[in-house]
Amino acid sequence: MELINKKGVRMDGRKPDQMRDVRIEAGVLHRADGSAYLEWGGNKVLAAVYGPREAIPRHSQDATKAVVKCRYNMAAFSVDDRKRPGPDRRSQEISKVISEAFENVILTEEFPRAQIDVNIEILEAEAGTRCAGLTAAAVALADAGIPMTGLISACAAGKAGGHVILDLGKAEDNYGEADLPVAINHQTGEVVLLQMDGDLSQKEFDQALEYAIRGCKEVHELQKAALMKRYASHNGGGEA
Amino acid sequence: MGQHVVLSQITKDYIVTLADSGKRLDGRPFDAYRNIRIKVGHIQKAEGSAEVWLGNTRVLAGVKVQPGTPYPDQPTSGTLSTAAEMNPLAAPDYEAGPPRPEGIELARVVDRGVRESGVIKFDQLGIKDAEGKISKVWMVFLDLHILDYDGNLFDACSLAALGAVLSAKLPNTRYKIEGKTEDEPLPLSEPPISTTTVKIGKSLFSDPSLDEDLCLDARLTVACDQEGNIRAMQKGGYGSLSVDEVKSIINLSRTNGARIRQLLKQAVASGEARTQE
Amino acid sequence: MIPGDKIDDSGRYKAGPGTYFIGRDIFASRLGLLAERNGTLGVIPLSGVYNPRPGDLVIGIVTEVGPSNWMTDINAPYPAPMHSSETPWKIEFGETAEYLRPKDAILCKILFVDENKKVQVTMKEPNLRKLQGGQVIEISPAKVARVIGKNGSMSALIKKYTDCWMFVGQNGRIWVNGDLPMIQATIDTIRLIEAEAHKSGLTERVEAFLKERAGAPKVPTTPRMEAEVQ
Repeated sequence: MELINKKGVRMDGRKPDQMRDVRIEAGVLHRADGSAYLEWGGNKVLAAVYGPREAIPRHSQDATKAVVKCRYNMAAFSVDDRKRPGPDRRSQEISKVISEAFENVILTEEFPRAQIDVNIEILEAEAGTRCAGLTAAAVALADAGIPMTGLISACAAGKAGGHVILDLGKAEDNYGEADLPVAINHQTGEVVLLQMDGDLSQKEFDQALEYAIRGCKEVHELQKAALMKRYASHNGGGEA
Repeated sequence: MGQHVVLSQITKDYIVTLADSGKRLDGRPFDAYRNIRIKVGHIQKAEGSAEVWLGNTRVLAGVKVQPGTPYPDQPTSGTLSTAAEMNPLAAPDYEAGPPRPEGIELARVVDRGVRESGVIKFDQLGIKDAEGKISKVWMVFLDLHILDYDGNLFDACSLAALGAVLSAKLPNTRYKIEGKTEDEPLPLSEPPISTTTVKIGKSLFSDPSLDEDLCLDARLTVACDQEGNIRAMQKGGYGSLSVDEVKSIINLSRTNGARIRQLLKQAVASGEARTQE
Repeated sequence: MIPGDKIDDSGRYKAGPGTYFIGRDIFASRLGLLAERNGTLGVIPLSGVYNPRPGDLVIGIVTEVGPSNWMTDINAPYPAPMHSSETPWKIEFGETAEYLRPKDAILCKILFVDENKKVQVTMKEPNLRKLQGGQVIEISPAKVARVIGKNGSMSALIKKYTDCWMFVGQNGRIWVNGDLPMIQATIDTIRLIEAEAHKSGLTERVEAFLKERAGAPKVPTTPRMEAEVQ
């Protein structure tokens, strides 16, 4: 399988440093305190935030800050071979690293003894669901009015067919040489999520990281636009 | 946004007072449904899918179809398994983890609506090998994701389930089924349509909203087929219904069910349908 | 403003609610509208849960009854207990359930909030009481100020047309009582304000809506409560 041809064109027609199409909508659910829907290539993701609210069970409370409880879940029908419903080891790991990324930016000390629930539902999966999920959840958190030092966003880079590429597609994820999901806090420019598997030289890693950060920035603009659109009518207080 | 899982007694009393004056909380006639929207087939990874909006209630159903080993007592029939998750996205009091009795009741009612109603012709789901023998059958997995709970999950879930099943394809090409060159629709017959009515005080309300759901005395879900015959029922809630009330709920189900059936047909044919706003 | 947006780097302002600072730079921590007041920059939130402050008047719903206190839901991150001595009644130990039961709605005041965000509420003030009749609805706490209006102008406008009792709790719960059709007109008006909270020309639209739904202004029959205007 040729993942990228001699002209540097990828299987789906993208250039090495080109992202798939991303579409974000904020405030799509009625009951949730904050929500967002995101399509990223063939990924379809819904995120909903509840809280802050008193942490239960009691022993999970932290007297000094809120705990962030992230739940990443894949719908049974989101993948080619049906996934058994419920948490597996993979989704628990992803939930953990995403929770930690958000703990970094949420001003948790404003809500001692509370919990903030971040639910990420992968309705359809096509490579890069953790980045898509995290990006959607950040919009949902802002929509819920949760105080944060900044919006975070995620994007993967990697290597396939010998080339460093941005935002791996399905085949590139399955058959490529390396995958490097990254999340960035845009206010500080610091990394809040980083995973990698495969094989990259130092030089390739440097380029992949640069690509990923550039991807995060692109996604960040879309996150901001989605939030602005949701609250567009709020033109500065009117007559109040 | 109002997530009053704690509903005050005042609200229940108000619903009853309003009803006595012939009115309903959201201004609907007692026998009317909220706006319904059905969107079919937008989860490409699923063999069939449907998303249903009932007012602000929102449910996504997906069908996966895979070859598998039949049950020994029905060696040539396909199988169905249904799961409904009270997804923690959908309401502040829904939690991840083992399903609660409410979730199990919901999944079983939806499952019966598809299984016992004969919508899927299971006896036509055997897979013939090169010698024409059936050793494998199609297994149908129906998964319901409740995304936003604003009342009346029973109807939203059964409608989404039907939309997903009616639009599902047998993935012949993906599994390289002997003698098949393209995917085919599931073998189907005309489904019964489920509708739900609740009783609060002395009044009956079709398609309960969240507040009505939270303070209902009794609930009755009735499924009627195209001929108007009754095909399934489920009563819930601590209150009771008079025989006359049961009969009028069945009549409501026939009329509302007929309208919903048209909408479902339209959605399956064209990908999307909604009631007039 | 979106979390992380830099609001100011001049060093001339203090960082207020909905912001944080690093050195002399001030950043938004919440989604909302920028506001400056007396040299302090803050972000007025457009969404979010109710954050109780001492002195806030709120509507609580009783969730549990204990021998000498009740637990109430005040639509905040934390449940709020109320001790039996914090009521207008003389209550013997164990007789709390004779006064308030689960699902009862009460008009109460935030007594205190400690550093661990533990909240207590009280009913021991004139006008604070158990609510009876009418309807209680919920709106986003971020929109409460719009329903009340400047110096209570918006709620006064609604009352002028509907002649309803209306109490707007800071926690986003609103109690309305009066003639049945007028209760509905009031609730529909509040929903309109909630939907268009931050658009300009709101007062005019609300008045037009009220004329259509409630007819001419009414001669007031309901007494004004001190608690109404905040």
